Amino acid sequence: MRLLTHNMLSSNIKGVTNGFPLRIEVEKVVEKEVDLNMDFLRNMFAKIEWKALVEASRTMGYSELPDDAESSMLDSDEFLRKFHHALLELHLEEGALVCPETGRKFPVNKGIPNMLLHEDEV
Amino acid sequence: MKLKQLEGLLGSLQQFETPKIELEQYPTGPHIASRLLYTIPSFSIIQAENSFGDVSDKVVADFGCGCGTLGLAAGLLGAEHVIGFDIDAESIEIASLNADELELDMDFIQCDIRNLRLSDRAIDTVVMNPPFGTRKKGADMDFLSMALKVASGAVYSLHKTTTRDHIKRTALREYNASSAEVLSELRFDVPQLYKFHKKKEVDVAVDLWRFVPNNNRPKHL
Repeated sequence: MRLLTHNMLSSNIKGVTNGFPLRIEVEKVVEKEVDLNMDFLRNMFAKIEWKALVEASRTMGYSELPDDAESSMLDSDEFLRKFHHALLELHLEEGALVCPETGRKFPVNKGIPNMLLHEDEV
Repeated sequence: MKLKQLEGLLGSLQQFETPKIELEQYPTGPHIASRLLYTIPSFSIIQAENSFGDVSDKVVADFGCGCGTLGLAAGLLGAEHVIGFDIDAESIEIASLNADELELDMDFIQCDIRNLRLSDRAIDTVVMNPPFGTRKKGADMDFLSMALKVASGAVYSLHKTTTRDHIKRTALREYNASSAEVLSELRFDVPQLYKFHKKKEVDVAVDLWRFVPNNNRPKHL
């Protein structure tokens, strides 16, 4: 799972109101190189929850993103490369996503989070 | 990309070995259902890209992705990020192998679409071939309702032609779609796979729909 996916996903347990962002527990991170698409990054920047991305990438061992970012930074190639790397090249391969409100763990195996709920969570 | 090319690429993919009846999974044999499995997905994604530009450089979600065909087709046509959602672990496993086979990066989430929580409008385009609700009534409407919640650009979906009026009405009135349009009426044969199928083959007409979500609603997570 890439951090772009993580950035849009909330805990889906019934009754949880602050389910975003899911905390990440890392057992294994994989990096896969992809081509940088500048227009895509510009578009995504407006949609991304920046703080959640910064925190998630740090948990995954990548601490190059600045705490705050604004759209003027998209003119910098260096910034774009870092943003691109954090958003699209880091994969959580093994670990868990943790509901920030209840602490419930959603396991991640082979890169796939299991967000299925138990009967009493629906 | 041409229809034949895309069909050819998808034709090499693995499909269900033991389809699950309750999830309305349809498998393939060498001679059956290839229209459903390759032609219709290829046709749908090519329309989405060529007529509306809803695929390349986009974030695309495949709801009820099964073996991943629609999502992978979107990836082949240049989607920047594709996420497949399915309730069934085995399906996702096959889909993930298929992605490797095509050398595409696709994310997957195992979940029940009905209790998925994604940020509103995080997805540009949702593509889906939802269960038609023949085994579980209303399943396709649950998918559509969620798709129109999370998509900002467009939703492509296949539904039985017999439900056309109901779908249009519900999408516009209840699911906040600003438009709902049938792009094509397609036919395919569902082979006799399960014991409850009485006839050998059933001719089914499905509509390929394009819905546009109403983006003027308030944004909240």
